[in-house]
Amino acid sequence: MAVLRPAGEFDQSYAYDMATMRRRWQWLALAGFLALLYALPAYGSPSLVSFVNRAAMIIIAVQGLNILTGYTGQISLGQAAFMITGGYIAVLLVTRLDWNFFLALPVAAIGAGLVGLFFGLPSLRVKGFYLAMSTLAAQFIIPWFLRNAFPEVLNGAQGLNAPPPELFGVVFNQPGRFLYISLTVLIVTTVVAHNIGRSRLGRAFVAIRDQDLAAELLGINPFKYKLQAFFLAAVYAGLSGALFAFHLRHVNSETFSLNDSVILLGMLIAGGLGASVGPILGAVLIQGILELATMAGPAVSPFLPSAAAGAVQALRPLFFGVVLMVFLIFEPRGLAHRWSLIKAAWRLRPFSH
Amino acid sequence: MAESALLSVEDVSLVFGRVQALSAVSLQVRPGEILAIIGPNGAGKTSLLNCISNFYKPTAGRILFDGNDLTRTAPHRIAGFGIARTFQNIALYTGLSTLDNLMAARHIHMRAGLLQCLLYWGFSHREDLRHRLVVEEIIKFLEMEAIRKTTVGALPHGLRKRVELGRALALEPRLLLLDEPMTGMNQEEKEDMARFILDIHEQRGLSIVLIEHDMGLVMDIADRVVVLDFGVKIAEGAPDEIKRNPEVIRAYLGQAYT
Amino acid sequence: MNWQLLPQFAVTGLLAGGPIALMALGLVLIFKSSYIFNFAQGQMMLIGTLVTWWLAVPMELPLWLAIILALLLSALLGLAIERLALRPLTGQPLLTIILMTLAVGQTLQGLALLLFGGAQRNFPQIFSAADPYRIVTPFIHNERNITIILKQNLVWSFVVAILLVVLIALFFQFTRTGLAMRAASEDHELAQGIGLRISRIFGISWAMAGVVATIGGILLATASGLDLSLSIVVLAAFPAALLGGLDSIPGVIVGGLLIGLTQGVASASSVQIVRSAAEIMPYVVLLIVLLIRPEGLFGRKRVERI
Ligand SMILES: Nc1ncnc2c1ncn2[C@@H]1O[C@H](COP(=O)(O)OP(=O)(O)OP(=O)(O)O)[C@@H](O)[C@H]1O
Ligand SMILES: [Mg+2]
Repeated sequence: MAVLRPAGEFDQSYAYDMATMRRRWQWLALAGFLALLYALPAYGSPSLVSFVNRAAMIIIAVQGLNILTGYTGQISLGQAAFMITGGYIAVLLVTRLDWNFFLALPVAAIGAGLVGLFFGLPSLRVKGFYLAMSTLAAQFIIPWFLRNAFPEVLNGAQGLNAPPPELFGVVFNQPGRFLYISLTVLIVTTVVAHNIGRSRLGRAFVAIRDQDLAAELLGINPFKYKLQAFFLAAVYAGLSGALFAFHLRHVNSETFSLNDSVILLGMLIAGGLGASVGPILGAVLIQGILELATMAGPAVSPFLPSAAAGAVQALRPLFFGVVLMVFLIFEPRGLAHRWSLIKAAWRLRPFSH
Repeated sequence: MAESALLSVEDVSLVFGRVQALSAVSLQVRPGEILAIIGPNGAGKTSLLNCISNFYKPTAGRILFDGNDLTRTAPHRIAGFGIARTFQNIALYTGLSTLDNLMAARHIHMRAGLLQCLLYWGFSHREDLRHRLVVEEIIKFLEMEAIRKTTVGALPHGLRKRVELGRALALEPRLLLLDEPMTGMNQEEKEDMARFILDIHEQRGLSIVLIEHDMGLVMDIADRVVVLDFGVKIAEGAPDEIKRNPEVIRAYLGQAYT
Repeated sequence: MNWQLLPQFAVTGLLAGGPIALMALGLVLIFKSSYIFNFAQGQMMLIGTLVTWWLAVPMELPLWLAIILALLLSALLGLAIERLALRPLTGQPLLTIILMTLAVGQTLQGLALLLFGGAQRNFPQIFSAADPYRIVTPFIHNERNITIILKQNLVWSFVVAILLVVLIALFFQFTRTGLAMRAASEDHELAQGIGLRISRIFGISWAMAGVVATIGGILLATASGLDLSLSIVVLAAFPAALLGGLDSIPGVIVGGLLIGLTQGVASASSVQIVRSAAEIMPYVVLLIVLLIRPEGLFGRKRVERI
């Protein structure tokens, strides 16, 4: 009889049941993988280091989108705009107020979060396509504002230049060094995103996504949690955008565009909605494909029907569009779903028949 | 009698365009009773529950629960008063497991805020463990151990209805509103569900409002019956009286009377 | 406000609202029948217009023939998108469907770039650009009546666009197919019950949306040339469709004109930042609509059920 067992034992078994990784070798494998990543500048080619940098920062933006769209079901076409917002705030804090980058980073993220919160306000009244429209509004209004308002501070269309981050005399002025920053932030955001997923907050988010009306009638305040999701998504976007600004050493109102918002959504779908590995798998896959398309452009250009200007860039949207369509039709639950199927098969392996 | 009512619906009317879904309906739910609401399709039964949830805003009248006017309460606050419900067309969180559907219903009893959830370890984790115990008890009670970790979207209809009942129970309500908990079930599943409802009623002593088309079951389970027809309450009383009421028989004329 | 410029800019803005209304119509046609908001509308417009150009200029077909062929192709493209990309997603969540229209848009944009390159092109003239109309208004500035100068092609693009919207509104009001499409938009299951083939209705509305998009693209291209940024112009039509009401055909005229007008009026401001805001005016209007009256001016408000 379970009741006769001491309560502590109960707790422990449920804690074990709820744990993400139950075996020591899983922790070891993860630690080993991370060590390999951190050591990458020592053995990886510069282009690989750059790719991992970019991928890490993009993953963070997709993780944010996963909170808003994957968990909470609120479609956002404005994630790129909140990235720019974070970039501008961080650069301004560092260049105008002489803040240290590592202090400016979280503050910029929260600033972007508040802007995101503002554009989430229409979720009080609308959902679905209508809400997508209001985030589209953010995607136009924010860059317009940065381009036109306060030119003395925001420097118009030219945008702002950023110095390299610095900490205790170490200057993070090469991709190899910047990698330590982007990876560390990525680890933190991954852990936090995972925590959200398994907590009271995450369940409230998913409840709203799956059945907003039932959730409301069963005690979950939809507006409050939608706004929290908008806030968190924009915080993640702000982190990503601030990192990008200091990686590229520059940010302007077109650093990220509507197109990027669409690509981030595509990465989320390809990776898998509402799963914490989804953004990682999706961002790496799609970013890899996009960069391949860019590299392949000149190589295939002699065979293109039109040698006209710009045709070499055609492969990017083409590849992305086709890959996304294939995912939507054949694997709408994304790579994370495949991944979990493989994991399940592996777990059952000794006993599976 | 009005004094002792747990829930009292007072002259509630509801209009959709030209459809008068409810006209001046009054009824009371007493502590610890099972009240059945019956009536032909489109009679306004679901609309009445939706008014109690303040999801539909009544055009007239008020609804009191324990002295609180529900028509002036935000829908998400009503569960906190101790009212839980199930839905006619199952409205589960389809992407979550049975366990997490029930855990999500513990929401109103949990306190972890934004920051605590982001950190998880510590308060949020301990709170989850505590509430897991409550939820496991319900899972055991409704014999759902085998589907604990199954995503509810993948469950068959009958089991989903049961998970929905479990989710409502996880709110630990004082009043349970059940909108056709047995439709689409076979006889065996219906009997299981009826047994669960009676057990809940007995063990937890809560009041239940039950909407159901299966007359046989209603007459077996209910303490009292209210009959709606075209938004009007045409009868109220003990099951035996209702069975013999000429108005009720007329309302159901032409309908399958099972 | 620069009062001298205001009448000119307001009227020019209103005229620009004609093509905006037409683009919004394409969105409404699809939304009305299938509850899909088509984010690929701009790229459908781009492809249709590029094909028209290709037939008329490098292929040297007579313009009218080029237009007819391109419209046929646009209808086929619409049908193909519905059949190949969206039909397989029936019953999928909204996000999947939104992303599919976005993915179709990206693919078409890539195709356009691949096949036609990114260069700016001159589109054959349909309406004369010479002899602008002059309208003397009763408004006096500096002791002279303000005169509005209107390019012919702007006026005629407007007339064609509005006529087309009216024509399609009449089609919905008075033909059997139109009635069937309206019934289907009220209630899919009901329509199926009375024997309407929903799949045919989806197909027709996508084909019509394709045709409408291309006509809109031709009208814009003949006035101001043609390049890949044509697909972006449609972004001003999203708010117009919403403002009119996503399921209202007459609504697109009002929505289009109001959006055009606000853009015109903003451009007439004497404050630089307001002038520069003309480009985002549609989205400012959109936010206001969403907060105050999400169903739009003429859209139907629905009470959700559970
Ligand atoms: N959201 C709504 N919008 C418009 N009309 C509605 C809405 N909800 C209910 N109605 C109408 O109100 C009336 C009562 O409907 P209700 O769903 O309450 O009936 P019911 O008694 O639950 O019927 P059933 O046994 O079929 O579930 C019906 O005519 C219905 O069409
Ligand atoms: Mg009902």
